[in-house]
Amino acid sequence: MRFAVIVFPGSNCDRDMYHAVKDVLGEEADLVWYQNSNLENYDGILLPGGFSYGDYLRTGAVAATSDVMNQVKKHARNGKPILGVCNGFQILTEAGLLPGALMQNKKLSFMCHQEELVVENNETIFTRGFEKGEVVRFPIAHGEGNYYCNSETLSELQTNDQIVFTYRNNPNGSVENIAGIINKHGNVLGMMPHPERAVEALLGSNDGLKLFQSLVKNWRESYYVTNA
Amino acid sequence: MRKVTVFITLKQGVLDPQGKQVQESLNVLGYKEVQEARVGKYVELQVEDGPNIEARVQEMCDKLLANPVIEDYHFDVEEAVHS
Repeated sequence: MRFAVIVFPGSNCDRDMYHAVKDVLGEEADLVWYQNSNLENYDGILLPGGFSYGDYLRTGAVAATSDVMNQVKKHARNGKPILGVCNGFQILTEAGLLPGALMQNKKLSFMCHQEELVVENNETIFTRGFEKGEVVRFPIAHGEGNYYCNSETLSELQTNDQIVFTYRNNPNGSVENIAGIINKHGNVLGMMPHPERAVEALLGSNDGLKLFQSLVKNWRESYYVTNA
Repeated sequence: MRKVTVFITLKQGVLDPQGKQVQESLNVLGYKEVQEARVGKYVELQVEDGPNIEARVQEMCDKLLANPVIEDYHFDVEEAVHS
């Protein structure tokens, strides 16, 4: 599977993401600069964490207006798997690819530690390798991870089973402990915690591996079906 | 040239942790009368005079300056200054 890791000015988890899919999983990956890029030949798009454009105006707001995000929107409509982590999640909400918004943490401070998450939906292409209700440990590192949506959107998320990960001990004030959500179509996942920083037991957790492995496995199976 | 001033505020009902901290700090300073504070943004634009200026600024707010999920906005377009 060939991944594009989109790099914006101010991205800083791009290499972690690249390392996870390229070195740990052994898949193909490129770091793709946001300008003059062409995403046609990639099977999956990864939007990494960081502080794109210095978080000016609102986190992710400026990156969401870039040309590469128009391409991401097109590929999202065509069903290509897209994962946004941390700032990548913020960009996906600002671009309108996922509902809601990420606001400043309830306690105002930047938080950087490991959190326990519950896998709420294990029937997505990103989470089939997990058990439903499984508790996993991923690091968080954010100042604006406080997920907000109105009650109408929330009930829609619940009805459609779009809440994929929740926090066990809500660190940032997110509505309904939401840590990660998926779009209705099931191909765009956004989450604040970092699965790409949880791919080696030596570094504290390898629970994130299952997420990338699920994605690759799903792609292999569907590729085989479409091309057999 | 017109000066456009845009005011962006969090929607009522959306928690504003920063505003809450500002309120508490004002209370600590002795301003007990402050019951609530909400922090917003102020953007000043210098815009070339032209048709549909109001509609275009509204578009700018919807597309970039404000996030309609969490924020409300209003703006003023100042009269053109003739020299």
